[in-house]
Amino acid sequence: MSEPAPGRPLPAWSLPAGTAESLELPTEWPGRVTREWAWGGSTGKGVRVCILDSGVEQDHPLVGGVEGAVAVEVGENDEVNVVEDTEGDLCGHGTACAGIVRSIAPECSLYSVRVLGAGFTGSGTALLGGLRWAVEQGFQVINMSLSTTKSQFAGMLHEVADAAYFRRTVLVASAHNMPVESYPWRFSSVISVGSHEETEALTYFYNPNPPVEFFARGVDVEVAWLGGAKARSTGNSFATPHMSGICALVLGKHPELTPFQLKSTLYLTASNVEDLDD
Amino acid sequence: MTDDQLKAAVAAGVLASEGAHRRLLQATVEVARGIFSARASSVFLYDETTDELVFEAVAGEGSETLIGQRIPSSTGIAGWVLVTRQPIVLEDVTQDPRWGGQEIAERSGYIPKGLMAVPLLHEEDAVGVLNVLDRPQEARFSLEEMELLGLFANQAAIALDLLRRARRAKAVLEDGDSDTAALARLAAQLDSLEGPRRTAGLELLNALEALFK
Repeated sequence: MSEPAPGRPLPAWSLPAGTAESLELPTEWPGRVTREWAWGGSTGKGVRVCILDSGVEQDHPLVGGVEGAVAVEVGENDEVNVVEDTEGDLCGHGTACAGIVRSIAPECSLYSVRVLGAGFTGSGTALLGGLRWAVEQGFQVINMSLSTTKSQFAGMLHEVADAAYFRRTVLVASAHNMPVESYPWRFSSVISVGSHEETEALTYFYNPNPPVEFFARGVDVEVAWLGGAKARSTGNSFATPHMSGICALVLGKHPELTPFQLKSTLYLTASNVEDLDD
Repeated sequence: MTDDQLKAAVAAGVLASEGAHRRLLQATVEVARGIFSARASSVFLYDETTDELVFEAVAGEGSETLIGQRIPSSTGIAGWVLVTRQPIVLEDVTQDPRWGGQEIAERSGYIPKGLMAVPLLHEEDAVGVLNVLDRPQEARFSLEEMELLGLFANQAAIALDLLRRARRAKAVLEDGDSDTAALARLAAQLDSLEGPRRTAGLELLNALEALFK
């Protein structure tokens, strides 16, 4: 949809007179964007989804395996090292998120980037380092059911979020349901997610009053838990992987979509937008 | 007022306030437990010096044994909540409830099946975690309750921050020169006296003051 015509160099910072034709993009947008167009028949196959969290229990039946797992370690001088993760999930949360994504996009490829375990002192550095690493890997979707309140990280997180946006990596981030400033969900380059109380996994609403842009299922959700267990749980951090799963479905069918186009597609197919004409 | 007199007055307040702040925190967890009809409620304080979470207040199950127990700051559900600043409600863990914190739970003889955990945020800092354990299973949790939990978290965060500040001030006074520390302790003791003992104490101090002049 938005790939440039072959053989033509793309303009970078300006568009000189008479060169507009070099920007001509073949378009496949339908007259009306529906859920059927957006993800009908898609299983998320071919889409790499990163779970930036507490690790993932790989052999949990609801997770269905991961393609790779790394842990982010913070050294004495705040240097960040990314190593193979041999510990799995340190609390159960990452496993729950992975299970939700898998339930919506059964054939997507899951990857775990564990940013917990370095101690609280180094947690902001680990979060930022893990996100930066994940963006460099070119995952199409990064699920971030977490945030930081430290303003010292806000600027750097903003830069990484913008870099991801331009590299066609979509960050799906949990909004905060407490009245505090936290990041990165407040940035417009990410897809921010809060909870609704409906029970349908594919029901999601566009919020015309940002900063929270979408509400997805986040109350009383059955999730995968440690030791092959299941639990019922509530929190924006479980609404977020629902949106990540839906992003994987759309990108599985339309891999050429940019984050901007993907967000527009999510808006047009939201339960409070698409149904208006039905 | 001289510097020493000021220090003594401040010390009297600081040494006496730790107990009051601890009671405020305890009252917060008692109310949280009551509101959510839970079996227990507790508050973890984040200890920066050891990078650990410490049980500061417990209501209900485990209240006898848990105070002062420590867990690593970034493992378990409480660790996840502290690090990620996201509240979570986990209910009815079935099959194999091996969630984080089980070791401590076993030591206390009480293994919960479900919990609500919310970060205690003061300005930019996450100062601790509020837990509510084993609320009734029959009631479906709602977003309204999540907001209620958030309101309680604000109150608990303020109580925890007051306690933290009182301890820091106390440490500064106690680490200071021993004369000031002795004066601070004396001022705090005098402040706690009532009736004839207080009158006698004040008379003694006035006499000392006259002597020092």
